[in-house]
Amino acid sequence: MFRWERSIPLRGSAAALCNNLSVLQLPARNLTYFGVVHGPSAQLLSAAPEGVPLAQRQLHAKEGAGVSPPLITQVHWCVLPFRVLLVLTSHRGIQMYESNGYTMVYWHALDSGDASPGTWSGRVLVFDIPAKGPNIVLSEELAGHQMPITDIATEPAQGQDCVADMVTADDSGLLCVWRSGPEFTLLTRIPGFGVPCPSVQLWQGIIAAGYGNGQVHLYEATTGNLHVQINAHARAICALDLASEVGKLLSAGEDTFVHIWKLSRNPESGYIEVEHCHGECVADTQLCGARFCDSSGNSFAVTGYDLAEIRRFSSV
Amino acid sequence: MFNRKFMEELFKPQELYSKKALRTVYERLAHASIMKLNQASMDKLYDLMTMAFKYQVLLCPRPKDVLLVTFNHLDTIKGFIRDSPTILQQVDETLRQLTEIYGGLSAGEFQLIRQTLLIFFQDLHIRVSMFLKDKVQNNNGRFVLPVSGPVPWGTEVPGLIRMFNNKGEEVKRIEFKHGGNYVPAPKEGSFELYGDRVLKLGTNMYSVNQPVETHVSGSSKNLASWTQESIAPNPLAKEELNFLARLMGGMEIKKPSGPEPGFRLNLFTTDEEEEQAALTRPEELSYEVINIQATQDQQRSEELARIMGEFEITEQPRLSTSKGDDLLAMMDEL
Repeated sequence: MFRWERSIPLRGSAAALCNNLSVLQLPARNLTYFGVVHGPSAQLLSAAPEGVPLAQRQLHAKEGAGVSPPLITQVHWCVLPFRVLLVLTSHRGIQMYESNGYTMVYWHALDSGDASPGTWSGRVLVFDIPAKGPNIVLSEELAGHQMPITDIATEPAQGQDCVADMVTADDSGLLCVWRSGPEFTLLTRIPGFGVPCPSVQLWQGIIAAGYGNGQVHLYEATTGNLHVQINAHARAICALDLASEVGKLLSAGEDTFVHIWKLSRNPESGYIEVEHCHGECVADTQLCGARFCDSSGNSFAVTGYDLAEIRRFSSV
Repeated sequence: MFNRKFMEELFKPQELYSKKALRTVYERLAHASIMKLNQASMDKLYDLMTMAFKYQVLLCPRPKDVLLVTFNHLDTIKGFIRDSPTILQQVDETLRQLTEIYGGLSAGEFQLIRQTLLIFFQDLHIRVSMFLKDKVQNNNGRFVLPVSGPVPWGTEVPGLIRMFNNKGEEVKRIEFKHGGNYVPAPKEGSFELYGDRVLKLGTNMYSVNQPVETHVSGSSKNLASWTQESIAPNPLAKEELNFLARLMGGMEIKKPSGPEPGFRLNLFTTDEEEEQAALTRPEELSYEVINIQATQDQQRSEELARIMGEFEITEQPRLSTSKGDDLLAMMDEL
């Protein structure tokens, strides 16, 4: 159903982090951007439709205090209504760039008091982003988590303009559901059960959460009720992604497998349902990132620890 | 090595060592005994240690299992030093400290520890003949990640989807084909001072005596000639020391012929091979032991090196041979 396409070589292998692949589709320019963290550097590259690599560059985290170069924890393209920003995070701070990675528009240093080994404060920082330019301002700090934040997912709130729903996940497995507005409001809390939740997605009021014990849970965002529990992987899940046009969910685990699921709602009860579509084994590769490369879920890409390439698959 | 001061230094919260810093510590540790290795043999030993440890961390079913791997190492060491109550006590104390500091960490914190350790091993793909032979490593130097066997403790066998209503009652159950061949975990390994660790990672690789070679990718043409005749020594094994003691105890005490007394360990078949290996070793894999940067890293490894320099020879295990006194007398003169 899916076949292995031409891989894109990386200058450095991917680090063993979660959510270690970001993809920005630019269909108008017939280009796709990929972002992968290597360690102290992040690699950005652009590729043409058949996976032909075009340009590559590397970004580093700002030094700040300390003797060793900081390790990057995540690289991600944030698609906002009026612009796209590239965000780089490390234990020293947050850097934001224009989407091609050439111009840094903002740098927020994290207090050294926060960066004690292995522990973060669990704060969620909210920034006001203007449509253009570097006038980015930290507008709010949300307190809802005590453990380090692992992932954040958002989608426009149903039927409301300029309001978004947001889910944040942390190392203890706790999920918080928020609604934006003049200030963010906490709507629901979904407790963890002793394992981290490294990855979370939000689609039409359905929260998809991937856990360190290999399970994927689907919750109703409004109530926080668990409706589906999938024993999906034999090792920790490292990444989830959504093809929003069709409601397809991609899960990747350290067990070398990638699975694709179809989310839906039962027409009578309205309850969340799921169906398994496809599984793929990337032999001997501890996966660390996975993304759909188009919004209909017909192609996807994965990265793996120690792997110096981005593996691509597309449906036949 | 289990000296209290050394352990205290190791247990201090600190950043991950750089490769140079770890190599310095390792070399000082190896030379704190009566053993001497030259550059080529030291490199080979270090490569073997690094790849074996990478294998153990990578294959851990769940992040907390790195602690079980450590316990396996210590349990095996306790087996070697059974007859030395002083050192046994030090190892037990180390086990207790490990439990105290790491026993209560969350799954998320262990995941961070494991990911950080994996950063250290990133891009190391040296082939080890024992791993190649046992098919745990491929010819390209990457480890085999099996898709069968028991799942980690706390994980369910993949393949089941359960759906619930608003009251939390299960309303539907579907199975799907996940592609692997997994079975449930039998039981959890013990984190107590004594117990069945269940996990085999971290147990003695040499418990079935076989030769082990490391293959540096590409360059060396001598690989075919490193046949199975030589038994690769494990320098920390008590048996080796006993054998040496028997040899040396039967010798008359001579003046040392060169500037370095003691004996020199060569991990190759001949001295010529050792020299050849040193010459043909790829540049990027050479370790420079001498640090000239004044970084905090350097200070820390210097501190460790200083403490190790204070190790007393009398804490070496007493050898169970009547000629042991001669050997100890010799070691005192080093």
